[in-house]
Amino acid sequence: MGKIIDRRQNSKGKSTSNRHRFLRRVEDQIKKALPDLISQEKITDASKGGTVRVPIKKISEPSFHHDGRTGNKTTVRPGNDRFNQGDKIPKPPSGEGKGSGQGQGSNDPAVTEDEFSVTITRDEFLHYFFDDLELPNLLKKYMEQTEATKLRRAGYSKEGSPAKLAIKTSYQQSMARQIAIKGVLKKKLEGLKAAYESSTDVEEKASLLAEIELVEKQMKNVPFFDHIDLRYKNHEPHPQPITSAVMFCIMDVSASMGEHEKDIAKRFFTLLYIFLQKQYKKIEIVFIRHHTVAKEVDEEEFFNSRESGGTIVAPSLKLMRDIIRERYNLSDWNIYCCQASDGDAWSERDAVECRNIIKEQLLPQVQYMAYLEINNSEYSSYLWQNYKAISEDSGFSIRKIYQVSEIWPVFKGLFKKKSVIKTT
Amino acid sequence: MSIHSKKELSKKMFSNPHWDFESIELANEITDYFGKSFLKLDTYPNQIEVVTSEQMLDAYSLIGLPTSYPHWKFGKDFVINQNNYRQGRMGLSYEMVINSNPCISYNMENNSTCLMVLVIAHACQGHNAFFKGNYMFKDWTSADAILDYMVFARDYVLKCEDEFGYEEVEATLDACHALMNLGVDKYKKPSERSIREENERLRQLVDFKRESYNELWKTIPSSTSPIVEERQRGAEVEENILYYIEKNAPRLPQWKRELIRIVRKVSQYFYPQSQTKVMNEGFATFTHYHLINKMHDEGFLEEGFMLEFLHHHSSVIFQPPYSSKFFSGLNPYTLGFNIFMDMKRICENPTAEDKAWFPNMAGKDWLEHFHFAMQNFRDDSFLLQYLSPKVMRDMRLFAIRDDEKEKHYEITAIHNESGYRKLRESISSQYARENYVPDIQAEKGDLHESNVLKLIYNPIHNYQLNDKEAEETLDYVRYLWGFPVHLYRKNKLGVNQLLKKSY
Repeated sequence: MGKIIDRRQNSKGKSTSNRHRFLRRVEDQIKKALPDLISQEKITDASKGGTVRVPIKKISEPSFHHDGRTGNKTTVRPGNDRFNQGDKIPKPPSGEGKGSGQGQGSNDPAVTEDEFSVTITRDEFLHYFFDDLELPNLLKKYMEQTEATKLRRAGYSKEGSPAKLAIKTSYQQSMARQIAIKGVLKKKLEGLKAAYESSTDVEEKASLLAEIELVEKQMKNVPFFDHIDLRYKNHEPHPQPITSAVMFCIMDVSASMGEHEKDIAKRFFTLLYIFLQKQYKKIEIVFIRHHTVAKEVDEEEFFNSRESGGTIVAPSLKLMRDIIRERYNLSDWNIYCCQASDGDAWSERDAVECRNIIKEQLLPQVQYMAYLEINNSEYSSYLWQNYKAISEDSGFSIRKIYQVSEIWPVFKGLFKKKSVIKTT
Repeated sequence: MSIHSKKELSKKMFSNPHWDFESIELANEITDYFGKSFLKLDTYPNQIEVVTSEQMLDAYSLIGLPTSYPHWKFGKDFVINQNNYRQGRMGLSYEMVINSNPCISYNMENNSTCLMVLVIAHACQGHNAFFKGNYMFKDWTSADAILDYMVFARDYVLKCEDEFGYEEVEATLDACHALMNLGVDKYKKPSERSIREENERLRQLVDFKRESYNELWKTIPSSTSPIVEERQRGAEVEENILYYIEKNAPRLPQWKRELIRIVRKVSQYFYPQSQTKVMNEGFATFTHYHLINKMHDEGFLEEGFMLEFLHHHSSVIFQPPYSSKFFSGLNPYTLGFNIFMDMKRICENPTAEDKAWFPNMAGKDWLEHFHFAMQNFRDDSFLLQYLSPKVMRDMRLFAIRDDEKEKHYEITAIHNESGYRKLRESISSQYARENYVPDIQAEKGDLHESNVLKLIYNPIHNYQLNDKEAEETLDYVRYLWGFPVHLYRKNKLGVNQLLKKSY
């Protein structure tokens, strides 16, 4: 008759080791595809893994096959609705029509390979993503900086402030003490009473009676709370990784920022986002774009809006400051900011104002701030000059970048610098 | 409990769309009972496994085998299937069944009760009996040994990966896979060995080498001397190229020969399946159709169950016409089912036409013919023997010729008096293996003269080989063989013309 087995509880990953062998084989392609992926996908999608297109070539499984376009072959098909023997049907001009092929309905998986792509999970994605960057080390270092302490209950102590008094525990202590003391006294009393009964000597009886009275008095006077009963809730500081972060993306969208500049900025923002996402349970992004006025926008508008104008930078920083004040409590949030610009500021006064806002108002609040100047000219912009003056301050780094290939090294540099500063 | 006392129980259980293990067990018992008593099926014991969709995907990538040697190809198949499935381009089949003893079948957990009963009738009775009864499977596979052998293969490949590094193992297996279709003995029955026998064989090989170890051999440049080919002495060509390489490659290390052997065994195991798709699916569909109807007639199933069943059944045998956007070739389920149904009709109610076409079958016992056909044919011979004019008419079959030299396609036959025989021949040759696996054989040369391996392509229908693939495949052959490989094409005069070389 045979048997019936419920396999559903068995491990599901039977193909895992084969999948890993497969991934090992396409690793190179995946790595090559990563920069593209980053520029194609929305920042918020990038970390979800997504689809990486892998070229067919290296994973094809060739074997000897007929070339379906050649030869003289006859195929049988169903559903004849108009043909008679001897009918001639012109071939489609491309030379390849329905007539070609293997004949039978093939269920060969090779058929679907034309549009082959690999879906990799988020973890796999990050693995490849950071593999080249040697980020794991960096991350570790960096994580050490981002721990806060939180008080955690740790039993009871005998000392503490009245506010921390643990009433129930104290009461239990008091009960125990009372029972213990009363028990001892009661025994003593019984002994005395027995001695009193059996005694015949009047003097002895009087002294015993006095003693009995004393003990009875003592029993009544056992204090309900003694200071040794009191217990206070105890809290110990415990290291606690900070779990939420917000990233401000500030981008200059004035006329001088072209598609290339935005693309670089976007790639950089994406990388930063993924990096932060690896660290924090909860991560939010605030997109701020500015020309002469600054505005908070969604991702779509941030990268795609055509609105443009002259450039005043300071309002964007002020807006960031206001948003922090309104929505992001400093004790709950780690704040990061990445500002991307081609460095083209309206006036030196604007640049100076920016510098002051950053130095005095933002840097005390943010974990880290990066300024990215997407500019390959030799001349130093107002912003660059001014930012350079404060870039040694902890938590503020500035970089110039123009080529896609510079993104990795710059990103690495930015975070290395940060950790060096903090650890020295 | 007798089968008839289960009637009321089954009505109650099978009417609940949510199956439980009791209902599966009951379905297995009842279909088995009617399979034996009504259709006279001879089956292996069944092992029914309920699996999740992900486990079904796993099963897909190993073509149903519970285990196989590790290789990236299976991972790739899994990923492709998973992508197609997740994006809705592919549905998972309701069941999957493998040719083994016990006969293992996988049933999807989200099947309704009706589907469960259907797939148990289809796979655990239909396919199971086909595996046990058809001569291809009897001759070419050993259902008792395959599970065991795959465990051996897995362990062996893992061991090789440990010892020689995965790159070498992977490259060897890649090369073997490229020749998998040409690694089959078509005329000689191979013997499958169990894991114990296989390990024993390896041990003896090592012993033999140790005992016959001779310092002098070290001075000979080739690391392993070719094993002398005893088989088919006198024949000039060897059709099983993998076998030829395994035995004759001048300097292949022993462990690589063993890998070739493993791939050969697996290829041989799957060989009958590719040759009997129409028959196998037709037989199983015929079986489930009759078993379910029988169960209904005997009062085991409710009307509601039958409605759902008919819906599933008709979608299984749906055949879109050539002009439909859903058309993707002939549906093997439909073709096979129609032929088996028609055989039954010819036996029971033959017309004058049937009597002329099938004098031996008309009016005879249908069950006998049903078993005879299932046991003694494969797709091409089955179609040639049993495709009746009525089925051709019902399916409105027509044959279309595509000659690369012509500007037109030509309709060479349709479902009429003058076309029946031609149609039958065309469809038969369409399912013949030579139509989709190019005939390429190794020429047995004198290896002392040169180490060149000569492959000879013998074209049919004027087919050319796919050029790019042939080149890549030839490089794989070169990798295994270790010396230059030449590919020749036999022309009309029987002369070999050099096509390609891999140095």
